[in-house]
Amino acid sequence: MERIYLDHAATTPVDPRVVEAMLPYFTANFGNPSSIYQEGRAAKKAIEESREKVAEILGAADTREIIFTGSGSEADNLAITGVAWAYRKKGNHIITSAIEHPAVLETCKELEKHGFAVTYLPVDEYGLVAPEAVRDAITDRTILVSLMHANNEVGTIQPIAEISKIVRAKGVLLHTDAVQTAGSIPLQADELGVDLLSLSAHKFYGPKGVGVLYAKKGTRLHRLIHGGAQEGRLRAGTENVAGIVGLAKALELAAAGLEETVPRLAELRDYFINKIFSRIDHVKLNGHPTRRLPGNINVSFEFVEGESILLNLDLEGIAASSGSACTSGALEPSHVLLAMGLPHETAHGSVRFTIGKDNTKEQLDYVLGVLEETIARLRAISPLYREQRGRKEK
Amino acid sequence: MRQIYLDNSATTPVRPEAADAMREVLLSDYGNPSSFHSLGIKAERIIKEARRQLAAACGVNEAEVIFTSGGTEANNLAVKGVARRHRKRGKHLITTRVEHPSVLNAFRALETEGFEVDYLPVDREGLVSPAEVIAALREDTLLVSVMHINNEVGSVMPVAEIGRLLKEKNPQTVFHVDAVQSFGKLPVDPRKWQADLVSISAHKIHGPKGSGALLCREGLLLEPLFHGGDQEQGIRPGTENTAGIAGFAVACRLALRDREENYRKMTGLKKYLAAEIKRQIKDTSVNGPEEGAAHILNVTFAGIKGELLVRFLAEEGIYVSTGSACHSRRPEPSHVLLAMGLSAEEVGASVRFSFSALTGREDIEYTLEKLEPAVAALRRMTGRKK
Repeated sequence: MERIYLDHAATTPVDPRVVEAMLPYFTANFGNPSSIYQEGRAAKKAIEESREKVAEILGAADTREIIFTGSGSEADNLAITGVAWAYRKKGNHIITSAIEHPAVLETCKELEKHGFAVTYLPVDEYGLVAPEAVRDAITDRTILVSLMHANNEVGTIQPIAEISKIVRAKGVLLHTDAVQTAGSIPLQADELGVDLLSLSAHKFYGPKGVGVLYAKKGTRLHRLIHGGAQEGRLRAGTENVAGIVGLAKALELAAAGLEETVPRLAELRDYFINKIFSRIDHVKLNGHPTRRLPGNINVSFEFVEGESILLNLDLEGIAASSGSACTSGALEPSHVLLAMGLPHETAHGSVRFTIGKDNTKEQLDYVLGVLEETIARLRAISPLYREQRGRKEK
Repeated sequence: MRQIYLDNSATTPVRPEAADAMREVLLSDYGNPSSFHSLGIKAERIIKEARRQLAAACGVNEAEVIFTSGGTEANNLAVKGVARRHRKRGKHLITTRVEHPSVLNAFRALETEGFEVDYLPVDREGLVSPAEVIAALREDTLLVSVMHINNEVGSVMPVAEIGRLLKEKNPQTVFHVDAVQSFGKLPVDPRKWQADLVSISAHKIHGPKGSGALLCREGLLLEPLFHGGDQEQGIRPGTENTAGIAGFAVACRLALRDREENYRKMTGLKKYLAAEIKRQIKDTSVNGPEEGAAHILNVTFAGIKGELLVRFLAEEGIYVSTGSACHSRRPEPSHVLLAMGLSAEEVGASVRFSFSALTGREDIEYTLEKLEPAVAALRRMTGRKK
């Protein structure tokens, strides 16, 4: 059975070219980057070259603005907790949104226990934060605004550049969790006007276990991990050299391919959405119709459970998701969909398909066939659906 | 040119078996372990199997293994995690002056948060006295953290005795052991040591960098270093480094399979190198106890600069170091050797040779061949007679 992977927002397969780039750093160039001799210098050089690559692609002014971390979650934590404690004397107020990734939301909740005040801005039905709401929420105690660039569940892209103008005019720092956008759409820290930006390699065909925090020069940060002097003293621990090399290679490949992949994925996405709507009734598209990640399709199928759909798709070799992978073990409805105003039942019936660079139109056609059949079968045994049809017939 | 790597305490090459396992996971088993579908479940199984192996290797339960990005993170999680989570119970912490920077600097960070830390001295051999640990205990002592093997001089701390005395006197006090240097070389046995927390790292045992673990006794609550998803029971959020974890497990299996044999072999090499250095080169002294760890030999060559010797030997393809790699780029003298009572001059004249299972007798022979002339040349440079 052919396996069709449509869960690229959860993680991506590692590009074989990335694996090839990583392998020498396990064996031939295995030195500790902190060592002073040749073996160590080769590892150090590989890290610094990777840093230069990442800095250039992200539009950083200085390579020292790139801090390698152990994951996107760690980068988010370092940005938010790091700024919170470093600027504690200036203020204690942080602004974020209700639809952030748990790495941001849980970090903010934790800071609330330590005397910080957090505003969780609402979003509209499309998952957008209103720039005016950001402006209204800023007080003279505000030290940080943290808003994700694109949402991992519904793919809505926030107007970060517009929000940046407001935030910067008030002298407040701006962090964006760009874990979903890096490698998916053009991403330049300077153009977005952010002070901090996090990303994770495994979302753009790189390895798991490595992320980046971009921190604009002059931004002070408190460390999460103390020890050696690695990463400009901001992140201790022997560097994951192979992982860092893999991250830079993956970002380089992704950036080079954007011009081709963005329109192609958007076309596949729109094709898939249109086909779903023409073939299945009682369907709702979640997220914004146009301000949306090119690979993201999030739909609610009324009268059925998302988990049942996924189980059936998986049996047919199709991998999709009901929301973010981090919460998919829990059967709670998505906090993102609820924040967008979806009723519990509709949120429960939602499925996320995220297309990647290797997916084809033929694969999507196959998925559409399985999906149509699955939904029909599940609805046939759904009392809610029968009731609804009964009402219609009357 | 021949390459002889004698800096295995800094890092080790990844074993081909571990690299192959990682390659396979990277290319094929890329699912997110938190995902609901088959690919996710496959990735989750790989982690579960690695967890089982590591738990078995250390005689703990599977739920007691928390994967981290390395030994430094594990040490930070242990030290800060206990202090911050249990601060209502007390503010006193105990460690030694010769710990790894990831432990020492975690304690220094806690001092700025209002904790009181005792940094216990060590003797001339780099050993902390169990009696002194016990004497330092207070009713409000939250944590005692002592490394198993010192990374610079190879002294093997009496962790089992410290654990026993500590738990007799003050069972509430948490005991952490940094076993990054000993895992795979000496038995790592949290139960026997009565240690609540033990840190280990993959890249010191021919596994990958970016992968480590904290063994955490069931029921002990820790404050996470960072927050997010519920990976690793919520103690360590973030998508798991599946390949790194798989590589760690393979490295662990191989390290333990031949552990005793390798340890015996390294003991022989260390004794031979130490004896030959003493015989061939005047005015040298070995730092650390004779019965120290088999893979670490720290030697002071009076009258030279250790850093220059490292560079000289590197020119000959021999890689050694002046101490821990984590601060070998800074010119600061080793805090370990200073704590052992060496003068600043002696500290600056010290070099560490560290072995692995892959080190052979011929590597030592070759090193000795190059070492004597290098030391002689350096001593001539500084105007000192041989």
